Amino acid sequence: MPQTDNQTAAAPGAGEGYNFAYLDEQTKRMIRRCILKAVAVPGYQVPFGGREMPLPYGWGTGGMQVTASIIGLDDTLKVIDQGADDTTNAVNIRRFFARTAQVGTTEVTEEASIIQTRHRVPEDPMTEDQILVYQVPQPEPLRTLEPREIECRKMHAYKEYGLMQVSLYEDIARFGEIATSYSYPVMVNERYLMSPTPIPKFDNPKMDDFPALQLFGAGREKRIYAIPPYTKVKSLDFDDHPFRVQQWEEDCALCGAEETFLDEVILDDSGGKMYVCSDSHFCGRRRAEGHVGQLPDTAAAAYAAAVGAQEAPDGDAAQAQGEGET
Amino acid sequence: MNDTSPLLRVHNLSHAFGSLLACADISFELHSGEVLGVVGESGSGKTTLLNCLSARLMPTNGIVEYDLRDRGLTDIYALSEPERRFLLRTDWGVVMQNPRDGLRMNVSAGGNVGERLMAVGARHYGEIRSAAEDWLAKVEMDLGRIDDAPKHFSGGMQQRLQIARNLVTKPRLIFMDEPTGGLDVSVQARLLDLLRGLVRELKLSAIIVTHDLAVARLLADRLMVMKDGRVVETGLTDQVLDDPHHPYTQLLVSSVLQV
Amino acid sequence: MYVAVKGGEQAILNSHKLVAEERRGDAAVPELTLNQIKEQMQLAVDRVMTEGSLYDRDLAALAIKQAQGDLVEAIFLLRAYRTTLTRFGETQPIDTAQMAVRRRVSAAYKDLPGGQILGPSYDYTHRLLDFALAAEEGVGEPEAAVADEAVDDSIPRVTDILNHEGLIEEELAFGDDGPVADLTREPMAFPAERDMRLQNLARGDEGFLLALGYSTQRGFGRNHPFAGEIRLGEVAVEFVPEELGFPIEIGEVTVTECQMINQFAGSAERPPQFTRGYGLAFGHCERKTMAMALVDRALRARELDESIEYPAQDEEFVLYHSDNVEASGFVQHLKLPHYVDFQSELQLIRSLRRRHDEDHREAAE
Repeated sequence: MPQTDNQTAAAPGAGEGYNFAYLDEQTKRMIRRCILKAVAVPGYQVPFGGREMPLPYGWGTGGMQVTASIIGLDDTLKVIDQGADDTTNAVNIRRFFARTAQVGTTEVTEEASIIQTRHRVPEDPMTEDQILVYQVPQPEPLRTLEPREIECRKMHAYKEYGLMQVSLYEDIARFGEIATSYSYPVMVNERYLMSPTPIPKFDNPKMDDFPALQLFGAGREKRIYAIPPYTKVKSLDFDDHPFRVQQWEEDCALCGAEETFLDEVILDDSGGKMYVCSDSHFCGRRRAEGHVGQLPDTAAAAYAAAVGAQEAPDGDAAQAQGEGET
Repeated sequence: MNDTSPLLRVHNLSHAFGSLLACADISFELHSGEVLGVVGESGSGKTTLLNCLSARLMPTNGIVEYDLRDRGLTDIYALSEPERRFLLRTDWGVVMQNPRDGLRMNVSAGGNVGERLMAVGARHYGEIRSAAEDWLAKVEMDLGRIDDAPKHFSGGMQQRLQIARNLVTKPRLIFMDEPTGGLDVSVQARLLDLLRGLVRELKLSAIIVTHDLAVARLLADRLMVMKDGRVVETGLTDQVLDDPHHPYTQLLVSSVLQV
Repeated sequence: MYVAVKGGEQAILNSHKLVAEERRGDAAVPELTLNQIKEQMQLAVDRVMTEGSLYDRDLAALAIKQAQGDLVEAIFLLRAYRTTLTRFGETQPIDTAQMAVRRRVSAAYKDLPGGQILGPSYDYTHRLLDFALAAEEGVGEPEAAVADEAVDDSIPRVTDILNHEGLIEEELAFGDDGPVADLTREPMAFPAERDMRLQNLARGDEGFLLALGYSTQRGFGRNHPFAGEIRLGEVAVEFVPEELGFPIEIGEVTVTECQMINQFAGSAERPPQFTRGYGLAFGHCERKTMAMALVDRALRARELDESIEYPAQDEEFVLYHSDNVEASGFVQHLKLPHYVDFQSELQLIRSLRRRHDEDHREAAE
């Protein structure tokens, strides 16, 4: 049994007359059937009878339904939003499952059996024993080019993706490069064009040949899709304008990491800024291991102190930071 | 008139909208390198016929067969929808009367020409772009406009771009619906010259629908005259226009040529 | 700013406490009871039941109280509750011809079997603020006089009357009597059939349907409607338990029904005749059912071979955007942090600007 966060597991309100993980078993079965279909046809969007969830549409209802359908008592759940465990929406969804499913939760990537995410793939590698569940606001990668659902489904069915390539051509003609920095479209298993959800294109290469099962749930649009482990995922590009990820000249100011996705933090109103890892667990672990970044000045030091102070009373964060010592 | 197998064979084609019969009992053959003009006044069923021939409107009756490169004469409506759509953007071209229907108005000229190449798998930006430049040059467009969207182009330029966009995959058969409609006379003349040159140079086969007999005389080898959905006269262009037999053709020719 | 986003669990709990405090308002004012909402804000309750797809006045009243009167939020609360309920089965279709009618008007006929029954309606009130309602002592117990003659037990529907002459299409115009779709259990599929469209419209946002229905009247998809009939009243709900094999009455619901009658020029197969647009809602939701009937008719353009040119006729446009729970959630999800995406855009725009500057410098040289 992996180490779990007992504080949230014992949260008040557990049970409350709702079924385990909120959804009734019939619904979960239906969703699991859709997930199986999605795994069998990688990248294909399977329509499913999405239910109303007690969180608003657009806030992760699709990911929550997928998580609710696959989660069991033995599971340990990690929830991240923008790479961080302690953003309000991540906290809220983690609370929801701690309350309705009484499962253990964690902030440690390697301890989680299920990670539900919005907008990031964790920096730490994942394994075959884990499942990554993405929250999907808009599953249809062709939607910005073709608003009609019927036509989009035909384009997928007939593998007519020339129009998508035209939009990349237009970017290069206009800007000299492909000007898509997130939701960067990918081909899955050389067959279906797929939206990787609004993760930064920085994370796209991680999806390729990924050991963990990747599941995608779009609640409002009522679609589920999947990438089975070790599937080929290719970001669209041109032979002479190959796909490239973002790079920073700076390193993480807190932990000194050189190859992570960095958030820009504004330090003052005169343009002062620094960069820190967007993956809060990854960054915290490195700091606990003794890695130190180049804090630019006293303002940044104050920021670091504030983050530490902010997180101290919060069991999750304190645990994450102290994890390296245990 | 030709021993070899035809490129397109049409047998007893009819199409009705509800109780309205738009075209009826049309049969003909088109051979490789031949340009067929379909003339008649508006409402005679020309455009419906063209839509049926170009796999965009399933006829109520009759058969349209095309000589596919890999399997010979094939009923195009027996093909699956993706096969038809593939044919339409590879071995065929369709030049619409209104460029808005045939172009992506918000995509650059280069992107418009390159789309067909990308649709069949081209993934080298430099090569796509140089192919687009070649074709824009062939239709006598200013290469400086390659990154501009056609919504800013004149009508004549839009029409030339539409032609380039269709020819980039080297199709064997082009369908054109009033290709010079709505253009000024001088612009029309230049476009017709261009079209005639391209058809000869590329040995294109084409079916051109027009109400303008001058266009027909300049471009078409053969003519089909339509009235009320039926073909009333066919023959070599010069023969039909200089010595019309059917009273309707006579009327059509005299009313135009008097002007 | 960044720190605020990391407020985490404590901030959420504090926010809930603030909501509870605001909801209660001034403690010197007596707290609202659910009965007060149920009995004195019936039309709000009706709308919440209709768009919440759950006929339960008590729960709707609770939702309204909990949502501080924000009806879209209340609808959301009711929907989220409804989705967890066990299904016992499906009732028989309700028969509105057997309705205990409280209001029934037809704009198509001056008089007709069963008569015009004005019933409770704001239609002929003057919209003057009634300061008597503001009086501390209240309005007392107003009472409407009882008519001398009872209303007929069964009042034929105007569309049935027209149907005798064959002047209007059949209720199921295309003979479709297969199983009825349920989009709370299965996703929408396109092209959508009428059962699915009607269910979507019944759950759809009143404001959205009102605007769309209005747009058809102003010429964006004109279909020449007549309010054939609007009726309000109670209908019995019947259910066939498996062990009995025959229907038993399990209760009654209040519904509003609107049947629009629209012109139709006829097609190759069909003679000119009137066509129908249909609206139905729980409780008294007259504006909603009329708008729904207009939009239902507009969405039938495809099956009636009419050209589809305007938003109200476009089923993907209408059906995908009618649900206020979906719309409200997605519009407001923009409040969630997007700083990973924004960071990616920052990177991109800096890079594009650099390239732009270089190009210009080269051009200048």
